[in-house]
Amino acid sequence: MEKKIIYIRDTDSAQKERINDYFTLFSNELRDANLLEQVQLVKVADIGLYEKGVAVKIIPENIVYSGIKTTDVKEIVEETIRGGKIIKDLLCGKKSKQLRAVLKNCGYIDPESLEDYIAAGGYKALVKVLTEMKPEAVVEELKKSGLRGRGGAGYPTWMKWNFARGMNSPEKYVICNGDEGDPGAYMDRSVLEGDPHSVLEGMIIAGYTIGSTKGYFYIRAEYPLAVERVQKAIDQATSAGLLGNNILGSNFNFELEIRLGAGAFVCGEETSLIASIEGKRGTPHPRPPYPSVKGLWGKPTIINNVETLANIPLLIAGGGTKFASVGTEKSKGTKVFALTGKVKNSGLVEVPMGITLREIVYDIGGGIINNRDIKAIQTGGPSGGVIPQEFLDTPVDYENLGKLGSIMGSGGMIAIDDTDCLVDLAKFYLEFCVDESCGKCAPCRLGGYQLLQILKKISGGNGELEDLNRLKKISYAMQKASLCGLGQSASNPVFSTIRYFEEEYKRHIVDKKCPAGKCKALISFKVISEKCKKCGLCMKNCPANAITGSREAGYIVDSQKCIKCGVCFDVCKFKAVMKE
Amino acid sequence: MVKKDKLQADLEGLVKKWKDKKGNLIMILHSIENIYGYVPRDTSIKLSRLLDVPLARIYEVITFYNYFKLEPPAKHNVAVCMGTACYLKNAASLIEEIEKILHIKEGQSTKDGMFHLDVVRCLGCCGLAPVMMIDEKVYGKVKKSEIVDILSKYVKEEE
Ligand SMILES: Cc1cc2nc3c(=O)[nH]c(=O)nc-3n(C[C@H](O)[C@H](O)[C@H](O)COP(=O)(O)O)c2cc1C
Ligand code: SF4
Ligand code: SF4
Ligand code: FES
Repeated sequence: MEKKIIYIRDTDSAQKERINDYFTLFSNELRDANLLEQVQLVKVADIGLYEKGVAVKIIPENIVYSGIKTTDVKEIVEETIRGGKIIKDLLCGKKSKQLRAVLKNCGYIDPESLEDYIAAGGYKALVKVLTEMKPEAVVEELKKSGLRGRGGAGYPTWMKWNFARGMNSPEKYVICNGDEGDPGAYMDRSVLEGDPHSVLEGMIIAGYTIGSTKGYFYIRAEYPLAVERVQKAIDQATSAGLLGNNILGSNFNFELEIRLGAGAFVCGEETSLIASIEGKRGTPHPRPPYPSVKGLWGKPTIINNVETLANIPLLIAGGGTKFASVGTEKSKGTKVFALTGKVKNSGLVEVPMGITLREIVYDIGGGIINNRDIKAIQTGGPSGGVIPQEFLDTPVDYENLGKLGSIMGSGGMIAIDDTDCLVDLAKFYLEFCVDESCGKCAPCRLGGYQLLQILKKISGGNGELEDLNRLKKISYAMQKASLCGLGQSASNPVFSTIRYFEEEYKRHIVDKKCPAGKCKALISFKVISEKCKKCGLCMKNCPANAITGSREAGYIVDSQKCIKCGVCFDVCKFKAVMKE
Repeated sequence: MVKKDKLQADLEGLVKKWKDKKGNLIMILHSIENIYGYVPRDTSIKLSRLLDVPLARIYEVITFYNYFKLEPPAKHNVAVCMGTACYLKNAASLIEEIEKILHIKEGQSTKDGMFHLDVVRCLGCCGLAPVMMIDEKVYGKVKKSEIVDILSKYVKEEE
């Protein structure tokens, strides 16, 4: 019998001791069935299900049972473990639409244990590469797989590697981009913290393929645990002979070192990142020359995102064709998203390319908080755009998101409902980009500032219709004339919100109203006397003493004094305070 | 205050460790920042001599990166997240509340050196939005009304 692993977890948060009873039950049954040798039983911290009772996942078949009762244990061991049959009644209700590939180890293995990683099939790909594959063959496999960069732009990974491989230089570098600058995303952090060896393995394979002997991890200093775990992984790999000279007895040498980011979004951009590793200010340079020709210290360099690299081992181990069997025509494999905003279950999700936005938000995310209507989805963070609700059935891939005026980005995904104001959201992202602009080129430095001023003017109630054209013109100029990706994409949130929600801008400009009630200058608070129970709570709580009245006469808001903090609206138990 | 001779020793150790590595300046600054909580001016001056790089180049780097500070830190650093998720969950009201209680604005420290308020971007736990962090401790799903109690805990600890 093939070796099996049973992951076990109590998915009910309220239960504490129950899991130990189940663990003992399972091990007793396995012992009685004489299966202890072939089956490993592991308690895990996350199994991808919540509030579904005791659940197990059986590997390699990937069978998930939930709501298991103590009386079911014997049957599971006999029927499924020994007999290989699936017990339909125990199958977890709806088949999960997630597909865990990059995240398959996260939460299941001890990220600080090399043995765990190897037991889960780790470093098999490296062995395969070093013993059976020429660099050309690795490139060929990548080409077959169709893997594209997960850091944002979606550039085919095989092409990047092939350029660098073809460069004639004794010194070449591999860089892992762990800067994760999108302020609402934490996919790369989870991989670095949860499965650091998978990224290491990807980097070593990259080094072998392009003919490099040195790689750098560039990780944001804001992720101390990730830094610690990666360093530990590097030390373990070095002592195990997976890094250093003559790796696994081959004549390939490779070493890895960590360099820390220091809080600059622009350092996620390739040329700035290189400047930063060189110990300089992280300002971008024009491309070409591309890093694959002239990168770190002037030498050919490839830069890949964390998730891209974590895909490499499974791609090589399973083969490019298998990898390409998941996904759409031009986007293969899975993508990890950090699903946040107004969804019920926010968190990291990994889905096959080609899944629709609706499936992500409703089937995985559980829908919108308070069952409100979704208004749009934002992807790609400050460099991305919004996708309105009518396009929710679009399959997710690089091309489709691009056509809709957004980008795949590195994986931020935010659900927006009708209590969110899109003018305000555009303003929020722009503030970020204006803050983070390095100031080297004028279109970004000045254009971003001007865009922000106009947005502030509109949300402040002083907008005029001509402002919409101004926004469009400046956005266009920034896209065309900025030096680096930051400036080129900084106007995307503005562009795309105008494209789909021009009406909402016009309501701000013409009617001087913010439909979502977010833009402070455009809202006012009123006590509705018919609903008011005259409790006086609003008056007591108003920090600006803007509410006057008495228990007999009722209460009114003095709009001159009101600072629009919303306290009265929040405290009124009778919904008698109106915001409009 | 940092003792002069200790400073010298720390620094020489650091420089020795990194001296042979290319592009070491930022990593050395990280170590200094970790030891002192900021990059003191006299350290930069010494570093400039030890590494033989102009002081201006060191300051050029320090001032480019948000992570490096030129002022000593307060006892407790209060960081409120204004990343996208937290922003949507109204983190702005938390900032207002803290500013009101401590009489400081973002980026400032209280007169007694007890608290420093920073507004940061995504602390990486958006599921818990709105999030704030005091020193190493993360507070998730923070309500405006809880802030007074949270802050006063730190003041009491000192007494
Ligand atoms: C302003 C800016 C910020 C970026 N931030 C990141 C980042 O945080 N992480 C990342 O992997 N790529 C980031 N990128 C994209 C990288 O420049 C680069 O394209 C990517 O790391 C390449 O790796 P990939 O081909 O594996 O995607 C950023 C680009 C720009 C212009
Ligand atoms: S586009 Fe912005 S961030 Fe990029 S180089 Fe120009 S000023 Fe700097
Ligand atoms: S919004 Fe705030 S300031 Fe205005 S009336 Fe209500 S409580 Fe007072
Ligand atoms: S946005 Fe606040 S933790 Fe991510």
